[in-house]
Amino acid sequence: MARFSIYSLARNAFSHHEKWPKLWRSPEPKPSYDVIVVGAGGHGLATAYYLAKEHGITNVAVLEKGWLGGGNTGRNTTIIRSNYLWDESAHLYEHALKLWEGLSQDLNFNCMVSQRGVMNLAHNLHDKREAMRRVNANRLNGIDAEWLEPHEVKAFCPIINDAKDVRYPIMGATLQRRGGVARHDAVAWGYARAADARGVDIIQNCEVTGLIRDGGRIAGVETTRGTIRAKKVALVAAGHSSVLAKMADIRLPVESHPLQALVSEPLKPVIDCVVMSNAVHVYVSQSDKGELVMGAGIDSYLSYAQRGSFPIIEHQLGACMELFPIFSRVRMMRTWGGIVDVCPDASPIISKTPVGGLYINCGWGTGGFKATPGSGWVFAHTIARDEPHRLNAAFNLDRFRSGALVDEHGAAAVAH
Amino acid sequence: MLLIHCPWCGPRDEIEFRCGGEAHIARPADPTALDDAQWADFLFMRTNPKGWHRERWYHGAGCRRWFNGIRSTITHEIVGFYKMGETPPPLPDRSPASTKPTR
Repeated sequence: MARFSIYSLARNAFSHHEKWPKLWRSPEPKPSYDVIVVGAGGHGLATAYYLAKEHGITNVAVLEKGWLGGGNTGRNTTIIRSNYLWDESAHLYEHALKLWEGLSQDLNFNCMVSQRGVMNLAHNLHDKREAMRRVNANRLNGIDAEWLEPHEVKAFCPIINDAKDVRYPIMGATLQRRGGVARHDAVAWGYARAADARGVDIIQNCEVTGLIRDGGRIAGVETTRGTIRAKKVALVAAGHSSVLAKMADIRLPVESHPLQALVSEPLKPVIDCVVMSNAVHVYVSQSDKGELVMGAGIDSYLSYAQRGSFPIIEHQLGACMELFPIFSRVRMMRTWGGIVDVCPDASPIISKTPVGGLYINCGWGTGGFKATPGSGWVFAHTIARDEPHRLNAAFNLDRFRSGALVDEHGAAAVAH
Repeated sequence: MLLIHCPWCGPRDEIEFRCGGEAHIARPADPTALDDAQWADFLFMRTNPKGWHRERWYHGAGCRRWFNGIRSTITHEIVGFYKMGETPPPLPDRSPASTKPTR
């Protein structure tokens, strides 16, 4: 892999930037692999990268039915944070956040991680109590968290509407200064390039149509580009997890919903942090291009269509107006939808399955992007050792039988 | 935007409704006879099909009654709605993505 540096930048300037190498190969699938990862989103590519880097397993293929990073990795609102209430989640997301902090250096690819601070607003007494409890829980877990009084909220984000006569006045906020945003596409590209450099085959336009089993074990996959054998298969397919699991006769506790986001026309820098609100339900940040990036809740119905209904957008823009009347004449430029796999307890499944050698990483719902590096890291461990890491042991498929749920509904600093 | 035909109120805008997820998940007739895995299947596991889906709807801003519907999770095409307790109509004999029959 040609390393990126100030020198390579200068060198390529002499050839008018026309001789940059391709970031990854496009190999033909081999007849067999040690591990096949199904899904080349951020989580799948990170899994392949850490399999190669941490566990020395390089005979790996990542299969993608479309193009890499074209699903939820390219459709989210790019927020990263780790201020979750419960210990299990806090440890998992904090591990991810620590990986984010060194990710650009590790991948030699600028992931544009910007720790600009994430504020979660409280609008009523219950919000406030819940938020203060979460601040204390975070601190006990060694995660940076602060409680801001209303005047401190106004100082941290001066354009916010702190009027007392609004329907949902701001009564304070939690702040995680180490939280922020990252460039979503760059994460997928950086992982793809780094994994490819370690020998991982990334095969795009290759849809898995069946899972081959031999006795109680996985033996390979049927794809639109032929049969590929494998000792282990890892499913990381977000909204399509149920479709893939069904091929191995596994029922999952997930349902696929559309989640929409939108961006405004580009503006000059106006908001230099991330603001999230549960009660009025919107989250807002500004991209480096100047667009306001906004998101909110899911549509209530199931869908695989990557589009949702307009009232959801109307609702989140109403919330945005409540918090930021200054945006009232900003025009919205694009909206889109992704298909999120929602678990009953709003926590992911990173787990072995009843089929030997078959692993699944799904159920991230509306909050998977922030976990990308940590998710790949623990999933690679689970696949390589055939047992979960301490960090993802609680996030097993069996918890829905045992009842040991990690109930982050309402606890995870956002509504789901 | 979906146009939902409530069996009692007629066609209404989607915002009056809430989708209640998969339909026809019957509460176990003999709850004490179930083991943990069977309870998990009843409580949490869902079919989540990519295609035709029988689902429950709730007319929260209208008659406040529950009913069932058949809708495609690929195209959002709605086939029809029926009342609770009615015999479910068969699923369409074609793929949701096209108007052609599957066979």
